Amino acid sequence: MSKTFETVIGLEVHVELATKTKIFCGCSTAFGGAPNTHTCPVCTGMPGSLPVLNKAVVEKAVAVGLATNCTITQNCKFDRKNYFYPDNPQNYQISQLYYPICRDGKVEIEVDGKKKFVRIHEIHMEEDAGKLVHDPYTDSSLVDYNRSGVPLIEIVSEPDMRSAEEVIAYLEKLRLIIQYLGASDCKLNEGSMRADVNLSVREVGTEKFGTRTEMKNLNSFKAIARAIENEKERQIDLIESGEEVVQETRRWDDTKEYSYAMRSKEDAQDYRYFPDPDLVPVVISDAWMEEIRARQPELRDEKRIRYKEEYDIPEYDIDILTNSKRLADIFEEAIALGAAPKKVSNWLMVETMRLMKEAGIDADDLSFSAAHLATIIKLVDTKVINGTVAKEVFEKVFAENIDPEKYVEEHGLKTVNDEGALTGVIEEIVAANPKSVEDYKSGKEKAIGFLVGQTMKAMKGKADPGEVNRILKEVLSR
Amino acid sequence: MTITDETIDYVGILAKLELSGEEKEQAKKDMSNMLEYVGKLDELDTDNVEAMSHAFPVRNVFREDNVTNGDDRENLLKNAPEQKDGCYKVPKTFD
Repeated sequence: MSKTFETVIGLEVHVELATKTKIFCGCSTAFGGAPNTHTCPVCTGMPGSLPVLNKAVVEKAVAVGLATNCTITQNCKFDRKNYFYPDNPQNYQISQLYYPICRDGKVEIEVDGKKKFVRIHEIHMEEDAGKLVHDPYTDSSLVDYNRSGVPLIEIVSEPDMRSAEEVIAYLEKLRLIIQYLGASDCKLNEGSMRADVNLSVREVGTEKFGTRTEMKNLNSFKAIARAIENEKERQIDLIESGEEVVQETRRWDDTKEYSYAMRSKEDAQDYRYFPDPDLVPVVISDAWMEEIRARQPELRDEKRIRYKEEYDIPEYDIDILTNSKRLADIFEEAIALGAAPKKVSNWLMVETMRLMKEAGIDADDLSFSAAHLATIIKLVDTKVINGTVAKEVFEKVFAENIDPEKYVEEHGLKTVNDEGALTGVIEEIVAANPKSVEDYKSGKEKAIGFLVGQTMKAMKGKADPGEVNRILKEVLSR
Repeated sequence: MTITDETIDYVGILAKLELSGEEKEQAKKDMSNMLEYVGKLDELDTDNVEAMSHAFPVRNVFREDNVTNGDDRENLLKNAPEQKDGCYKVPKTFD
């Protein structure tokens, strides 16, 4: 009889903090600068340079810790993690081993209607490394230190997850908390959020954990799900064929859907951590902690409850709208400008989603202003434009963020509200389509749809369909 | 306290140093002396003393989050043994 196994997963999540400058120097963290143009003696590890901690890093790390129910280490310190690698110019990474800034947190996740907590072991602050590019012409490596010293937090979970679905729910939860806090944009594909998966398997019913492996290079939720499935199978196969799982770090290749061991046992890492003598202890007073707590914006879970109470929109829509801070911001801003919540939600749920899908972008990348959406809704409400024209104008707003009022004016898209002119056109249409008129009069109510369509076409779409319907019925009843 | 040959070899690997037999013997002696010197502290009762990582009672030295450094690449790259395309050129490395 074959045994049943369960997967035990813990995550190490690196999140790049959204500060203007690096963690220990005044160099910019802006993305995309020419190589090594955002560097200085500190972040290139020059002897004699002195790191000075960026206050915003501490505040963002504390904010994340508080939002994930952690205990803040009010007396925390930095340590040096020693290793040789060209992306690390100091030959040590400044990190936190002994007194990480946050400990013992938890977040609640929900999978298939079942809720559970994933505990957070710790969150520590550290610096990112530089980037290595292989140069095929000289068969050497080229190093760019622009990312060296960019602030990171590493969120280490307890081994509380049992499936890929739970892992993704946990990552989504972290992403939303951190995005809402404004602590990071958390983009997996751009590397501002990175997840290493620690996975082991054990027979169902056993208490003891199996030997775990660590999987790196996971750049999307899909890659994470595939890697977990693959690694689980690999470990079960090993155990069932009487072999042993080796504790090692593996690198996932998503195109080949295969992982390979990165470091061998002989090359065991010994980081020889010790307190960094260049940096002084960080003491976080109760008052400072409360100040950070007081600044905490409304988080997603709170937003969901409030939306349900304040706006009459379906729960499904609430989930989608709050699944991106950007989308929730647009929603609330448009409402603040006077647009009806249901209408705003409708525009976001239908037209915006459709255009996002077409353009292949995420909600976080939406660039149009909420004010322009509110204006379109107002133009429809006041019957300046009709629904069809509104969609056309919105496509422009979505793509280029144009001013809708100006656009409608310049392109002559206003609905013709001159009843006399409209009646004249309708009379012509009626005269030109005797067959449809006859159908309508003989009880085929649907025939009126064709006549409305013809009228709209003659008006180049610039009529109010309701008004056309009303006048048409009037003319036909003569 | 004496340092074994294994310890010296291991520390040599970690520090990426190749030591001759003679140098190893000297290093063993130096390290033993250092440990002995620091070992003096073991004679003290430090149960109620808070561990410190810094010699002065200084805490919370911070920078505000403002960009203060511009592009100084040309100057910094003067420290590179070799350079190419604005990058530090190093022996081929991969993970």
